Amino acid sequence: MSNNEERIIRSGTFDWLTIFIYLIMVGWGFLAIYSADFDTNSPGIFSLSHSYGRQIIWIGASLVIALIILLLDHRIYPAFGYIIYGIIILSLVSVFFLVTKRVGGGLSWFEIGSFKFQPSEFAKFATALALAKYLSGYGISFKDTKTQLICFGIIILPMGLVLLQNDTGSALVFTAFFLALFREGLSGIWLFSALYAGILFLASILVEDINIILLILTAISALIFLLVRKNRSAILILVAVWALSCGFSYSVDYLYNNVLKDHQRQRIEVMLGRVDDIKGVGYNVYHSKVAIGSGGIYGKGFLQGTQTRLRYVPEQNTDFIFCTIGEEYGFVGSFGLVILFVSLLVRIVQLAERQRSRFNRVYAYGVASIIFLHFTINLSMTVGLFPVVGIPLPFFSYGGSSLLSFTIMLFILIRLDANRTNEVKRAFEI
Amino acid sequence: MTLSENRHFLYYAIFGVVGLSIAIRLFYLQVIDKSYEELARDISRREIVQFPPRGLIYDRNGVLLVYNDVIYDLMVVPRQVKDLDTTAFCDLLKITREQFVEKMKKAIIMNGDRRSSVFEKQISPKAYASFQEKLFNFTGFFIEVRTDRKYNTHSMAHVLGNTGEVSEKRIEQSNGYYRQGEFVGLNGIERSYEELLRGTKGVRNMMVDVWGREIGPYGGGALDTVPASGTNLYVTLDAELQALGEKLLQNKVGSVVAIEPSTGDILALVSSPGYDPNEFIGRERGNNYMKLLRDPMKPLFNRPLNAPYPPGSVFKIIESLIGQQEGTLTPETMYGCGGGYRVGNHTVKCSHRHYSPLDLRGAIEQSCNPYYCHVFRAIMDQKKFKSTAEAYDNWYKHMQSFGVGTQLGIDLYGESKGILYPYTYFDKLYGKNSWRSTNVISLSIGQGEVGITPLQMANVVAIVANRGYFITPHILKYIGDEKKIPDEFTKRRYASVDTQYYETVVEGMARVVNNGTARIAQIKDIQVCGKTGTAQNPHGDDHSVFIGFAPMYNPKIAIAVVVENGGFGARWAAPIASLMMEYYLSKHAPTTRPDLQKRMEEGNLINKVPNVQ
Repeated sequence: MSNNEERIIRSGTFDWLTIFIYLIMVGWGFLAIYSADFDTNSPGIFSLSHSYGRQIIWIGASLVIALIILLLDHRIYPAFGYIIYGIIILSLVSVFFLVTKRVGGGLSWFEIGSFKFQPSEFAKFATALALAKYLSGYGISFKDTKTQLICFGIIILPMGLVLLQNDTGSALVFTAFFLALFREGLSGIWLFSALYAGILFLASILVEDINIILLILTAISALIFLLVRKNRSAILILVAVWALSCGFSYSVDYLYNNVLKDHQRQRIEVMLGRVDDIKGVGYNVYHSKVAIGSGGIYGKGFLQGTQTRLRYVPEQNTDFIFCTIGEEYGFVGSFGLVILFVSLLVRIVQLAERQRSRFNRVYAYGVASIIFLHFTINLSMTVGLFPVVGIPLPFFSYGGSSLLSFTIMLFILIRLDANRTNEVKRAFEI
Repeated sequence: MTLSENRHFLYYAIFGVVGLSIAIRLFYLQVIDKSYEELARDISRREIVQFPPRGLIYDRNGVLLVYNDVIYDLMVVPRQVKDLDTTAFCDLLKITREQFVEKMKKAIIMNGDRRSSVFEKQISPKAYASFQEKLFNFTGFFIEVRTDRKYNTHSMAHVLGNTGEVSEKRIEQSNGYYRQGEFVGLNGIERSYEELLRGTKGVRNMMVDVWGREIGPYGGGALDTVPASGTNLYVTLDAELQALGEKLLQNKVGSVVAIEPSTGDILALVSSPGYDPNEFIGRERGNNYMKLLRDPMKPLFNRPLNAPYPPGSVFKIIESLIGQQEGTLTPETMYGCGGGYRVGNHTVKCSHRHYSPLDLRGAIEQSCNPYYCHVFRAIMDQKKFKSTAEAYDNWYKHMQSFGVGTQLGIDLYGESKGILYPYTYFDKLYGKNSWRSTNVISLSIGQGEVGITPLQMANVVAIVANRGYFITPHILKYIGDEKKIPDEFTKRRYASVDTQYYETVVEGMARVVNNGTARIAQIKDIQVCGKTGTAQNPHGDDHSVFIGFAPMYNPKIAIAVVVENGGFGARWAAPIASLMMEYYLSKHAPTTRPDLQKRMEEGNLINKVPNVQ
């Protein structure tokens, strides 16, 4: 370690605000897990038979790893970016051969002793590293189609593997990288198209007769045609968009009705409010909403939540951990949590923007986007705005893989940020 | 790159919009929509109702009639049933495997598999004991202890009534007090005083987890309430007098109503054939009920309150009083009998030969029909009335003041008001202003379009015994062990005839017993006043009727007895009444007339009842 770097570490250029938000989240998360798994018979927190007891170990491990990351040389991340990515891809593949136990319908866990290890969690920051590494390469311009395609490849490879493991939720999270790439110059058309596709997707499912959608699309296209009829190229684009839209809409309808598995279709139906199945697929969401809704403005208080204490919400210490917070701390607490997450996200983007190195920036945007998607999907799912896909709430949900991977992800960013000036300096040295 | 550099603001915008959307959704769920709080309570709270012991019922002398018995219901939470040794279980309950499966299915259909349902109602104490030992082998099953009524008597079922599962209708009417499957008083005093007897339910609120286990008190027990025991009640009945009445009326269809005139206490209320109150407890209650319901003798029909009979002689008593009150009759008024009273081409015949002419006392003694035709017409044809309708209405109001054609307000359900038509009925029947007293002449002797229940008969006698008033006949003597008497049962209700006019009638009734048709009703050393009646019955033999009270001065008991198809009043009704009065007045001493009592008890008139032949 050079003298310069030691000075930087000692002088506290780590972004303490981010570390502070991290510590609040992990601490609050522990309280929530303690509440969710509280057992009057063994109220002690050091109980390995309870999730909160094990979470203490994970928190401890996370803090140790965070410290190690802060102490390690920041240059190892660009240096080992591809290797880490490679290892993770290999472990994702090996899951298919080595997995011993299926958890929750998906096969994405390694079991080592009594601890389970989920490679897909670690694939997120690995992908962020690889993406940053690639884009910060010499002479790489995001304007090149080739560059864009390679970026997509880096994202889609782990995403596809996770999808093959039946872990739809985690796979969905990888789309976050497209959001991250927007900062690097990804055309806004992609984001707009994604939004448009999303709306069209919902419409195609919601409207019983697909022909109505096709009719409306045609009608809108006809209107636009009247406006742009003098512009040849515009007409061509219009026709293409119209054809694609109709094709997409029709495919969604077909996929939804004929390809989607029953449980997937049912989850979407519950989310859309088309079926009200309290006992079946809607069970989670129903009890989740009751727990959160019954919290009222100020909540029932720590350990006073009835719905969560009495285990009415399934997965309430992992994917549905937010229910405990909603019930025990009410709207005030829930709103606080939203503020906390938005603050963290804004802070990360601020950090990203002050980086001089492209590697750091791409990585930071990757982190922000991943956390953003987790936060959005997880909360939307618990309040019934999104179908139930099993993804954890970062820093809150119980689980070693999740907590460790998010900790590593965030602290690599903090470590990189601490050396942002150094990076520039070295760039000049070179 | 300037374009891309400014792009980070878009990220802020996206975070802001998403954060705000989620916050708005949370605001809606947690602050605006209040239904979730209620849902959460419904889901996680189990109300355990604590039933207080129901009030006990005693007779007027403090004899315990109805009390509570502990019963054991075997309950099941189907979801919790695990590794059950079905064979051992079925052996213990003495059921087959098929029945087991059937009961399990039923439980799941009733309450779902997470909640407890009754698996087997009222298991025997012996089965309960065995279960207590082996219950740990049968996870998912538990015993719920309830109480049911138990009777110390085999009589007075109509008065005591019974308890049973509450009906949908009463659940609705109770403003949420009753829940399905709870026991309430269904009839008799159990029903009239349900609110007193039932006490107040208590509720324990328990937190229940997702597996249906009770975790602890909900909200620290703040919502819990303590049950309050039901109030003990004392009924006016004399249990032994009642039992005697039921015995005397066995194998006969009929009624006895005995009232203590000074208090309105009902001393005996017999409806024959009756049933044993014990039929309505235990596991066979449903079957027994159906059996009684189908019985052609209608044992469930409460005759004293509901069966209307032609009033006959009862009316002659009341006419004697109304006539004097109206000034159209004096004790010395003489009318000849002549064997009959001619109205147009119809004659009201006298039932038997007797000396003639008669004064009022003699007329009562001889029950002379033509005499009362004269009395009735004298009342009706007074000059002061502008029309027959007006005269009839005057007479009708007198009658109502004696309780005829009205509900007296007894504290038992289903009291009938009998039959007595207002003048509008005859206006409609004959046309306005086109009927005369002669059209309704049969009313003078209590025949025709009129009916009176045994309770009303006994009440008329009580009025005569009291010389002018009655107290609403009632079954409830005291409330609670501090023996409070309800206010409404202390108020005197006066009939429309002044006290001075009663003595002649009482003397006439004494002569009936001393020299007339009811000599068989005489009791040694006690002056009985009475009147026999023979109510004509178009469907078969006449009904045997007796009304009377004793002693003549300061009467202690007024009684009405009806024995259907028993013929002359003196044949069955008068002796039964006499035996009962004697028994009551002698404070339950053995009868001085065992032969008579035996003959009455053994008399069987069932085959005379037309619809059973």
